[in-house]
Amino acid sequence: MTAISPKAIGAAASSADLRAFLHGLPGVDEVGAAGRAAMLGTRSIKAASKAWAIDLAISMVDLTTLEGMDTPGKVRAMCAKAMRPDPSDPTAPAVAAVCVYGDLVADARAVVGDSVHVAAVATAFPSGRASLEVKLLDTAQAVDAGADEIDMVIDRGAFLAGDYARVFEEITAVKAACGPAHLKVILETGELRTLDNVRRASWLAMLAGADFIKTSTGKVTPAATPPVTLVMLEAVRDFAASHGRRVGVKAAGGIRTSKDAIKYLVLVNETVGDGWLTPDLFRFGASTLLNDLLLQRQRMTTGHYSGPDYVTID
Amino acid sequence: MSEHEPSHAEASQAVSTQAVSTQASSTQASSTHGPFSTRVDVRKTYKLYIGGAFPRSESGRTYEAFDAQGVFWANVAKASRKDARDAVLAARTAFSGWSGATAYNRGQVLYRIAEVMEGRRRQLEDEIQQGQGCTADQARNLVSEAIDRWVWYAGWSDKLAAVLGSSNPVAGPYFNFSTPEPTGVVAAVAPRACSLLGLVSVIAPIIVSGNTCIVMASQGRPIPAITLAEAIATSDVSAGVVNILTGDPAEVMPWLASHADVNALDLSGVEDAALATLLEQQAAGTVKRVRRPKWVAGRQADAGSDWLAEPGLGAMRAFLETKTVWHPQGV
Amino acid sequence: MTFEYAPAPESRSVVDIDASYGLFIDGQFVNPIDGDRIKTINPATEEVLAEVSTAGPQDVAAAVAAARRAYDEVWSAMPGRERGKYVFRIARLLQERSRELAVLESLDNGKPIRESRDVDLPLAAAHFFSHAGWADKLAYAGLGPSPRSLGVAAQVIPWNFPLLMLAWKVAPALATGNTVVLKPAETTPLTALAFADICRQAELPPGVVNIITGAGETGRLLVESDGVDKVAFTGSTEVGKQIQRSVAGTRKRLTLELGGKSANIVFDDAPLDEAVEGIVNGITFNQGHVCCAGSRLLVQESIAEEVLDRLRRRLTTLRLGDPLDKNTDIGAINSAAQLARITELAASGDAEGAERWSAPCSLPDRGFWFPPTVFTGVTQAHRIAREEIFGPVLSVLTFRTPHEAVEKANNTPYGLSAGVWSEKGSRILWMASRLRAGVVWANTFNRFDPASPFGGYRESGFGREGGIAGLAAYLQEDDR
Repeated sequence: MTAISPKAIGAAASSADLRAFLHGLPGVDEVGAAGRAAMLGTRSIKAASKAWAIDLAISMVDLTTLEGMDTPGKVRAMCAKAMRPDPSDPTAPAVAAVCVYGDLVADARAVVGDSVHVAAVATAFPSGRASLEVKLLDTAQAVDAGADEIDMVIDRGAFLAGDYARVFEEITAVKAACGPAHLKVILETGELRTLDNVRRASWLAMLAGADFIKTSTGKVTPAATPPVTLVMLEAVRDFAASHGRRVGVKAAGGIRTSKDAIKYLVLVNETVGDGWLTPDLFRFGASTLLNDLLLQRQRMTTGHYSGPDYVTID
Repeated sequence: MSEHEPSHAEASQAVSTQAVSTQASSTQASSTHGPFSTRVDVRKTYKLYIGGAFPRSESGRTYEAFDAQGVFWANVAKASRKDARDAVLAARTAFSGWSGATAYNRGQVLYRIAEVMEGRRRQLEDEIQQGQGCTADQARNLVSEAIDRWVWYAGWSDKLAAVLGSSNPVAGPYFNFSTPEPTGVVAAVAPRACSLLGLVSVIAPIIVSGNTCIVMASQGRPIPAITLAEAIATSDVSAGVVNILTGDPAEVMPWLASHADVNALDLSGVEDAALATLLEQQAAGTVKRVRRPKWVAGRQADAGSDWLAEPGLGAMRAFLETKTVWHPQGV
Repeated sequence: MTFEYAPAPESRSVVDIDASYGLFIDGQFVNPIDGDRIKTINPATEEVLAEVSTAGPQDVAAAVAAARRAYDEVWSAMPGRERGKYVFRIARLLQERSRELAVLESLDNGKPIRESRDVDLPLAAAHFFSHAGWADKLAYAGLGPSPRSLGVAAQVIPWNFPLLMLAWKVAPALATGNTVVLKPAETTPLTALAFADICRQAELPPGVVNIITGAGETGRLLVESDGVDKVAFTGSTEVGKQIQRSVAGTRKRLTLELGGKSANIVFDDAPLDEAVEGIVNGITFNQGHVCCAGSRLLVQESIAEEVLDRLRRRLTTLRLGDPLDKNTDIGAINSAAQLARITELAASGDAEGAERWSAPCSLPDRGFWFPPTVFTGVTQAHRIAREEIFGPVLSVLTFRTPHEAVEKANNTPYGLSAGVWSEKGSRILWMASRLRAGVVWANTFNRFDPASPFGGYRESGFGREGGIAGLAAYLQEDDR
């Protein structure tokens, strides 16, 4: 189906090579993809399945704070919540990770220890407008401070200008700088605009070594949407089939309700299979989602609707 | 306004009496509440309708509206150029959503206006009777026609393209088709005399195809326009699709006619030849489409009666662009 | 750990089904004069839902007479504007009662609630809404300044989309000023009978819509009645041919919407994931009980294996079972007879050497079920490539060039629909101009809209339903 074997793409690939491969991928029909995502959104998840899905979703949350006004105190409070989301119910699972700016990694790690992952956004998040040296240093410092996951942004300008080699090389370089830390590559799909671009950027990131591909920084609207996530899930599915490596997907930004979160889990289940229904391969990047998941959880445990004063605000 | 029975024998007299005092109803009221607890009605403040909200004029001005007998009825907001500017902004903001909605959806929204108006018909009948000085039967008929006009236009939303569009058999291996598209933001002047049916007949053909509008209500008979705005606001019409201003068209319309973000003018309701000419000249500044007053085309001036006839396509066609697409056919 | 969706059944409590139903004639339910009774069952459980009447000769005559009276005395003289308001009322009532009707449809027909809720009901309401708007605009239908209605329309509809087919028939007939005698299919009469109640709630004048239930014999009596001016039939090509013979030499106008064996053509530059969705939808939508189903997959040879791999993987995820479960994708086959026909044709595929693959889903013990099935190695000569199966059975053929695709797609007596999947616009339009089919879907499949005409070429019938073209079926052109 494609002129160049995806396996042939290596570190020395030129923009022309990459273009020939990426533009040889099947196109995405936007209307059809949106229709498929919307249909899956009508799945009705009830009772035991819902309870299971809510706990799974909690365990997939990257609890996030990425504000200029972040302080060590704010990060410590969020970390406490990450470890024990519902103080009134110890059976509520911990989240997957906390996600902070690089300079607050040490504060986070000091609180969470080894109980949850610490993810740092790096590479001149969110715009990515900096030299490669700055991006690599940003990455290395976060890893040194204790981050075991790095959320990098791609250079959308280079991608849109067709300079695929530059994007590819940046990802491989950051991946090297990560050392043992897992690399999530943020595509910022709200700036890529087309689903064809989302598919191509997903493949580019996976070929360059991404452990996860992530929709958005959360600073651009639209952030994660079901059609975008569908296309990324199709990409990881096809990549696993052709390369034998499982890449994760992180839907970040704009997912605020349990209902939405469950729709994403259905999308995962029916697109790439239940093998991806694990925090190792699917994450939610969110801040307010967690409390809604907890409210729903309380609703299912107690049988009556809960209220916002019965979950903690960190 | 308060409700009263449509069976008033001397309709106009009874209505104006009630507008000035509560003489008629106080006789009834006293039997239940006693002489000292006669109920005083709560009167409404009449405001503009811009972007889905009901603001007072930015200028703080009002003018006095009178009923058909010349008796004071209410103080009505007098729109300024800044209100017009705000209305253009609201209409422009609403345009992408409204024009992007499916034709089926727009048809249902227009039909919903008819449904809501049907529930307010008594109020509208009273206002027309009081404002236009017509009989209860005439008022009832005018309201019925206004409601039915929404229904008529609602039905056009998903049929315009079939009737006005075409597939064009060009001499070559091309698929070629033409479809009508809304022109954008339309500023309109409602007719002076026919205060409800005339107004509906101006708004509906503009918005059914996806345009948004700013309409100046009849200056002398503004009250039904405000009630219509309330019906529209409680239908499913998105904010900004319809904006209704009360005031002096001669003051406000030149600002709209020269506004660069207005795409077309409907001057159906303009009776002053000099004003119509001025507005048309101003429209030329950004090549706005202009629907001229009826009398320009040699037909009778607005007397109310000609609004009763079935409208035809002209009012819709005036605010449509034809887009033609060429596409090759080949393996 | 796996994500097993718990059952999510739609509540049955929203519907009230009577133990037995009469015929809806002249605005009221009446017992049949010379008719009989039949039972209608839930094909998912084989449980009897209700007993309905079958109209005999005198019942049919009474219904036609009522329609004639209503036509002469009320409906033909009513201004289009007022007639339209009745049709708008019906549209709104369908919207208001959509959940109840969706459940009833799924119970009686076996189709998944997701489809009856998200497709049948919204489209049925839209059809009435859109046609309501035509009632006072017939001068714009391209049939002269004042086209005239025909009179009494006899309408016979199939069991695959009971309420939607009713809407496609009744809405244009009423909007154009005709009165109606409608016969729903014998296995799916319940939503038509519920529609009779909607006519009552809309205060539609008695006799404008009459609904008579029964089997083929009732349908034959109806279309052969001297009192009808127009016959509209949706169903099998075989019965369509009988009807065309029977109206020969009469004044009756006729439209037929019959069978199909539609090609779904996938080029190597198709948007593959969406094409696979379209193939799946084309053959499994409504259990394949769709006259325009994409039952022949024509796939470009260079990508055939990849497409088939993706197709099988996708079909494996389909959920077959209780039609009232909101997560069900594939419901029950409508009747034992239809299941027997599907089974027989599938067996012919095996016998003629095609290779069968079925999605690995377990079938319930009771009711009528057939798993999504794909036959590969099919040639144009095979019965499963030529005959309409009307079930979830796909025949896969390959092609090498666009010319070959057109040739194979057109090599059938039918001509209802076709699908083309390619990201190259000029090729899509080239294909569309050469395909002999009444509807061509490009990069989508099974789309319907009241504004869009639907109908077939050749043995798939004639006449269109929907859009401006559909009005001609119910109007006499004003050719003065």
